[in-house]
Amino acid sequence: METSKTTSLDHLGVGRSARIVQMDLRPMEAQRLMEMGLTVGTRVTLVRRAPLRYPIIIQARGSHLTLRKAVARSIRIQLTGP
Amino acid sequence: MNETNSLYIAIAGNPNSGKSTLFNELTGLRQKVANYPGKTVEKHVGVLQDDPDGNIRVIDLPGTYSLNPHSPDEEIAHDVLMGWSDDTPRPGLIVAVVDASNLERNLFLVTQLLSLGIPVVVALNMMDACRASGIEIDVVKLEQRLGVPVVPTVGSRREGTAELKARILSTLKQPSVPRSVVQIPDAAAREVDRLAAHLQAHELAAAESAHGEALRAICTENSFSHPRFAAARDPLKTTILAARDSLAQAGFAWYAIEAEAGYQWIETLMAEVRNVREARLTFGERADYWLTHRIVGPAFLGLIVLMIFVSIFALAKPPMDWIKHLFGYLAVLVVNTIPAGPLQSLLTDGVITGVGGIMVFLPQIMMLFFFIAILEDSGYTARAALIMDRIMGRVGLHGRAFIPLFSSFACAVPGVMATRMIDNARDRLLTIFVAPFMCCSARWPVYLLLAGAVIPNTIVLGFIPLPAIVLVSMILLGIVAAVATAALFNKTILKGVTSTPAMELPRYRRPRLRMVLQTMWERSLLFVKKAGTVILAMSIIMWALTNYPHRPDAAPDQQIKQSFAGTVGRVIEPVISPIGFDWRIGVSILSSFVAREVFVSSMATIYGTNMSDPHRAADLQAHLRSELDPETGLPFFTPLRALSIMIFYVLSMQCVSTIAVVRRETNSWKWTLFQLGYMTGLAWIACFVLWQGGRLLGWS
Repeated sequence: METSKTTSLDHLGVGRSARIVQMDLRPMEAQRLMEMGLTVGTRVTLVRRAPLRYPIIIQARGSHLTLRKAVARSIRIQLTGP
Repeated sequence: MNETNSLYIAIAGNPNSGKSTLFNELTGLRQKVANYPGKTVEKHVGVLQDDPDGNIRVIDLPGTYSLNPHSPDEEIAHDVLMGWSDDTPRPGLIVAVVDASNLERNLFLVTQLLSLGIPVVVALNMMDACRASGIEIDVVKLEQRLGVPVVPTVGSRREGTAELKARILSTLKQPSVPRSVVQIPDAAAREVDRLAAHLQAHELAAAESAHGEALRAICTENSFSHPRFAAARDPLKTTILAARDSLAQAGFAWYAIEAEAGYQWIETLMAEVRNVREARLTFGERADYWLTHRIVGPAFLGLIVLMIFVSIFALAKPPMDWIKHLFGYLAVLVVNTIPAGPLQSLLTDGVITGVGGIMVFLPQIMMLFFFIAILEDSGYTARAALIMDRIMGRVGLHGRAFIPLFSSFACAVPGVMATRMIDNARDRLLTIFVAPFMCCSARWPVYLLLAGAVIPNTIVLGFIPLPAIVLVSMILLGIVAAVATAALFNKTILKGVTSTPAMELPRYRRPRLRMVLQTMWERSLLFVKKAGTVILAMSIIMWALTNYPHRPDAAPDQQIKQSFAGTVGRVIEPVISPIGFDWRIGVSILSSFVAREVFVSSMATIYGTNMSDPHRAADLQAHLRSELDPETGLPFFTPLRALSIMIFYVLSMQCVSTIAVVRRETNSWKWTLFQLGYMTGLAWIACFVLWQGGRLLGWS
């Protein structure tokens, strides 16, 4: 089923949304992302990419955050609607 | 004002929530800025306005996302709020500033603040931006659910600040401790209880705050390393690690408990208090489309950088000339009022030349502080960082290092100070380390003197004069050295230290003139104070070393040769002759520690040229050209020797102001001296390779 497919955040298309399912990061990195609102289950939207593709700009819980490539790749997401 | 009997109110909130504006509104002009002892974080303290007794102090804490500190700034905010700070008593009330237009994320810190056992008043700030983006917030409901007063404010327009003051004063009259709103899972609550009992049993926490401290200790990675636990560290560490283990067995990650429980509670709350009427694209979102656009974004950034440079070098020139004239006038005044002798010489050649030599850069430095403050206050620095991050990241630098580094092209002092905009300690250190390689304006006089004197003025490629190519090469060499150094340290000394995983793109806002001018003023004052102390002392020392032992009837060049400095120059000659320097160049380089361009006036003194007359500046170049090598009888200042001196200036940390500011910003002599040693060593090796290699090839 298309909706249950998981991938990493760096594969999310511009303008598309997804839910966070898992974070493969060191405890302190994961903690900081969670404190900034990126808890498991949070809906994120990829707003734009930087001119050199990375960092990516995502929107979550009303704020805009930028993530580097390595971090984006460590966040597993499940695609939701557009 | 009595320091110890004062009641403290702490202003806490996320970065960019408008804390500082509210702080200014609450305290008016009665505030002072200092550093936290032993830290490079600014401490803003003021007195609450309209308080009848006048002994309530307000402290503006550094912006923080959570009470689990991830940077030096956040550690300070955490320590003050926990009552662990050495110089600030535990606050009697917290004003939690939240950005209403970003309420969900901002409330997370509030949920933590409610568990500290300190009365809280929430300032629901930036209500205007919130309305503009089509969001309504039910303030009454929010107040009910949080259980503490909530005051809507627009700090920038002074809306709601009177009400906020009134609620602060009434809360202080009848303080009530808020109750924690977030329920952490039972398994975690049990571990918190157990640890709280441990803390109380070992007298590490009082009964009323033990639970809050226990939760913090479990959730903050190295909580047991805090100096306040020094005596009881090992048993505490064991207990905390055991608590985390049993949490893991119950299926919870210790580092995630708070955030997951907190945001779960917030999500329910948001559904009740927030009403999105119509989601509108804000001005900032439309602007960001272009300012981070693939082509327009970098082009705009380039334009900004260009504009700042043009302003600095064009607009700063008249005031720089005034300062130069002012010091020239002072020198004349001294000569006319004080009879010739040691005192006159000390004042003119020592104090006025030395301090004046560095003070001419003040207009440039002030303008840089001004522009940096505008970029920071408007929110644009985060966009510049975004555009540059990938390129800078290649060598381990953070995108935010871009503005400090380009500022260093005018002067490393504001550049190093601007590294404060980088919140991560490791990224900040790496930036400070490479900033002095950028070609600052004090290097230009040295390059211009040498390139103009000895580089043949031939035309290359049809239209480019060779001296111009040499100048550009020196700038590029500095950049290459910075990049290589960053890459090297990224892979060695600073390897494995993590950077901040995410950065916020804050909303744009109109730069507030008062904040911009205040920042510019505070930072410039720091620089002037440095010029008045370290540089003054250094100038006097250099003057004494070149004028003593005093030979009243010796010619200036003979005086220098026989002075202490001349002796030092000849003592170090074996070290510097392998890179093509004789004792006179050595003395000039040593004296230029005050400011690099002092090299020019030192050379002038040694070669007996009067530099105060601008028309005779060319004289010095002629002198240099006619100087013969006593061994070979050929010209002494060959292009190779001049290049060696220039490269020395590119790579060495030849500047007292920079050393002082690095010491201040790293708060460590170890790092400062390491940097000085590294840069001087690198300069020597590069010059050695050039000089020896060049001579082998027969260039000299």
